[in-house]
Amino acid sequence: MKLIKRLIQGIFAHLDLPLFMIVMALMGIGLMSIYSATASDGFWKLDRQLINIAASTVVMFAVARTPPQTLMRFAVPLYLLGLVLLIAVALFGIVVNGSRRWISLGVMRIQPSEIMKIAMPLMLAWYFQKHESMLRGKHFFVAGIILLLPIALVLKQPDLGTSLLIGAAGFFVIFFAGLPWKVMLGMGAAFGAAMPMMWSMMHDYQRRRVLTLLDPSSDPLGAGYHIIQSTIAIGSGGGLGKGYLNGTQTHLEFIPEKHTDFIFAVFSEEWGLLGNGVLLVLFTLLIGRGLMIAAAAPTLFSRLLAGALTLVFFIYAFVNMGMVSGILPVVGVPLPFISYGGTALVTLMLGVGILMSIHTHRMLVKK
Amino acid sequence: MNDFHHSEQDSDRFRSRVVFAGSLVLLCFLLLFGRFFYLQILQHDYYATRAESNRISLVPVMPNRGNIVDRNGVILARNYSAFTLEITPSKTMGLEDTIDKLNEIVEIQLKDRRRFKRLLEESKNFESIPIRTRLSDEEVARFAAHRYRFPGVEVKARLFRQYPENSLAAHAIGYISRINTKDKEMIEASGHEANYKGTEQIGKVGLEAHYEFELHGTAGYEQVEVDAGGRAVRIMSQTAPIPGNNLTLTLDAELQRVAEQAFGGRRGSLAAIDPSNGAVLALVSSPAFDPNLFVDGIRFDDWDELNNHPDKPLLNRAIYSTYPPGSTFKPLMALGALTTGKRTASQTIADPGFFQFGNRRFMDDKVGGHGMVDMHKSIVVSCNTYYYVLANDMGIDNIARFMGELGLGRRTEIDIPGEATGILPSPEWKQRRFKKREQQKWYPGETISVGIGQGYNAYSTLHMAHALANILNYGRVFRPHLVHSITNPTTGEVRMVEPQPVRQIELKREHVEVIKRGMAGVVREGTGARAFAGASYESGGKTGTAQVFSLKGGQKYIAGQVRERLRDHSWYVAFAPVDHPRIVVAVMVENGGFGAQSAAPIARQVFDYHLTGQRPGGPAPEVSSPEEEEESAVEQAEETTDEAD
Repeated sequence: MKLIKRLIQGIFAHLDLPLFMIVMALMGIGLMSIYSATASDGFWKLDRQLINIAASTVVMFAVARTPPQTLMRFAVPLYLLGLVLLIAVALFGIVVNGSRRWISLGVMRIQPSEIMKIAMPLMLAWYFQKHESMLRGKHFFVAGIILLLPIALVLKQPDLGTSLLIGAAGFFVIFFAGLPWKVMLGMGAAFGAAMPMMWSMMHDYQRRRVLTLLDPSSDPLGAGYHIIQSTIAIGSGGGLGKGYLNGTQTHLEFIPEKHTDFIFAVFSEEWGLLGNGVLLVLFTLLIGRGLMIAAAAPTLFSRLLAGALTLVFFIYAFVNMGMVSGILPVVGVPLPFISYGGTALVTLMLGVGILMSIHTHRMLVKK
Repeated sequence: MNDFHHSEQDSDRFRSRVVFAGSLVLLCFLLLFGRFFYLQILQHDYYATRAESNRISLVPVMPNRGNIVDRNGVILARNYSAFTLEITPSKTMGLEDTIDKLNEIVEIQLKDRRRFKRLLEESKNFESIPIRTRLSDEEVARFAAHRYRFPGVEVKARLFRQYPENSLAAHAIGYISRINTKDKEMIEASGHEANYKGTEQIGKVGLEAHYEFELHGTAGYEQVEVDAGGRAVRIMSQTAPIPGNNLTLTLDAELQRVAEQAFGGRRGSLAAIDPSNGAVLALVSSPAFDPNLFVDGIRFDDWDELNNHPDKPLLNRAIYSTYPPGSTFKPLMALGALTTGKRTASQTIADPGFFQFGNRRFMDDKVGGHGMVDMHKSIVVSCNTYYYVLANDMGIDNIARFMGELGLGRRTEIDIPGEATGILPSPEWKQRRFKKREQQKWYPGETISVGIGQGYNAYSTLHMAHALANILNYGRVFRPHLVHSITNPTTGEVRMVEPQPVRQIELKREHVEVIKRGMAGVVREGTGARAFAGASYESGGKTGTAQVFSLKGGQKYIAGQVRERLRDHSWYVAFAPVDHPRIVVAVMVENGGFGAQSAAPIARQVFDYHLTGQRPGGPAPEVSSPEEEEESAVEQAEETTDEAD
């Protein structure tokens, strides 16, 4: 009896209630929208997502209990494992829809780029922590290499969305570590100058996505169809929405990928600007809480990690809503905690767990 | 100390960067919110409309095509409802598999599959497409018992066009068939595009084509909610279609049947007109075809058979085939002479049996000639010499002008498409017709051939009946028409077609009477006498023979010795009763020999039925008698034939 009580206490001791409640609210909205999007197929997608949520919540609790020092020990092995697997993908990966993203491990297929989403900030935070007292230019240079190596491999698959997320995660660590503004501006200028070259290296479908973003009506039945239909869904939702389960764009199947990447259109059609406002507030609270945790974190490693992971949530949310509402190109980025899908959810909840771990272990470190 | 300070500085910089990042996040979210505000508030109306038009689709509902009935209400074209087995491809699990399994229950032949494939290529995937038409009741019942096995397959009642009298008046009625690219262009050009959105068939020939827009009706619409795949989810509202108008014809189906049967399968045509108003009573082109073959899309072998048959059953001979009118032209020439003042009825000529023109001699059909011949006699005995001289006196320009007035050499504007203009020869026509200079010249000798209805002259039976009707009507010209009235089935409103004359030819009553009496004489004592022996009414007529090929000078034409296809064409134009003509006919039997031989007996049967209600026992017989042989086709046999072509 006492044992169980202690166990429960042990679990909840490392729970950050505000963060937990925000995430649960988001996942609740997600379940609701997934049901609306997939009601015609019955309940099975909803059931699967419930299992995904349960599993990823367990992962979150487990990680939250793990002290940051322990997490730090995983940094290098996880990064190297991810890198090796990415190289393996490039050599023996399985091609699906023209992209080489998966590797077969006999019983299951895994997507190593997913590991990198966590391994990258972990590795860079570890690296800066290691050189904390004497950070110089060369350390930023090495960090850049650590960052670019896996990104290049993921871009090669090609997977624009994931490389963007990995790149963002790594960049945020470097940013918080104090990369001088001058260097950032210089890099920005260099990036702008390199644009034409990148254009020439892009795959046709990536170029099309950029072009259809600029003018979706140029290809209304092809690549522009997604953006046009999701924009219609959002716009026709109006101020208060069409009402739950009443979205015509959703229920008459006009929205593509409606339970995954385009689920925001489903939600927005049925709940309108009001719903969107609530969602934006929830994400703002999530990010605000994350940044507070980062600001309060005791070590460089935990500060950088918490800050970077929080901003990754932001990037997910911003890029997804931006693309569905037609102001950003269509890249395969799900809406965090809302879109259907187990892998992304586990990665996200792992991040939440790390944030909780950092927050709940800060006193212990200080002692 | 230094370390601590360093760390403190780091920490401050970190906090400022957190604040910076947080501000950036807020800014980005505000940008998103702005975007949402723009889409959902400012542009809401626009996107709401877009969503509605996405969702709602207008599905046309076909109107019933109008019926066609004869003057007595006999149905010639109607729609009937039949069960068809239809497949909606998008709802099935595997199309081929479904069809194979269906075949175990309802027989599906290879031709059904072929047609289905063709329709599939032309249709949208959410439409249901017939795989089998005209299911029997037993087949419907059998499918009903198994229907649970076939998602996306259903039995539907569809309307089909049917011509219950089969080949009767097929050329006049025409048929409907699938809309092709040319029809589509026509529909677009005439601005009927919207009304034809769901229409699959269109009138191709005959009345079905000419009155297409009367018969079609106005399509209704169903507002249907559709999903992104275009599948109809539910019907939201409905506008009923307005059925097409019904046509009541001037045609008498029984008279038509009598006339068609009189041909007994021989090639030829007949046009029967009520001279008092231009109403077409019968319009025969023999042999005919069954228009029902075309309705579902004609099968290839049926088409091949119809199209390549040597008798050309698809050809509407009554309005399209033109032939020299031969001696049937003579009454018209006589009237022309009276009207232009070139002859009086009593003026006589001496007929030596030929007409000497320069160094050429145009032969009469009777060796030694007919003696003294006035106009009446010239018609009764069909005296060539009289008309050789007359043509020469009138001149080609007068002839062409007068015949043109009568309606020859131009379209009669009958209400079915495909009419030929015919050829009314004149120096101007020859200039237009030929390119080479030496061929363009008009030779006076040609005028003389024209005078007896040979030479370049070429008219359809409709032309000849029309011209004669115009004469009998004392110059009041009515457009020949097949449709008597158009009835709106919804309102019951009836619109009459054409009671007004379109023009007036300057003809004198007494001149017309001369012609009538002459033609009555032909039936009483001339070449028409045998065919009309014992008739209970008085009729007038004129036989004629159109040469298929020219015989060399002096060669005697003997019908039995000429291969069938080279025999002359047989003409007969007639009217009855003489006092108050109720019917005019022009009959032509291809390769029928002399006019009196094949054509006149057909006219007899038509008159008998129309005037006395008497039905013939069988096809019109071929009669032959010595007098008739006299009116042989040597009419144009000339001493010299150098200018024949």
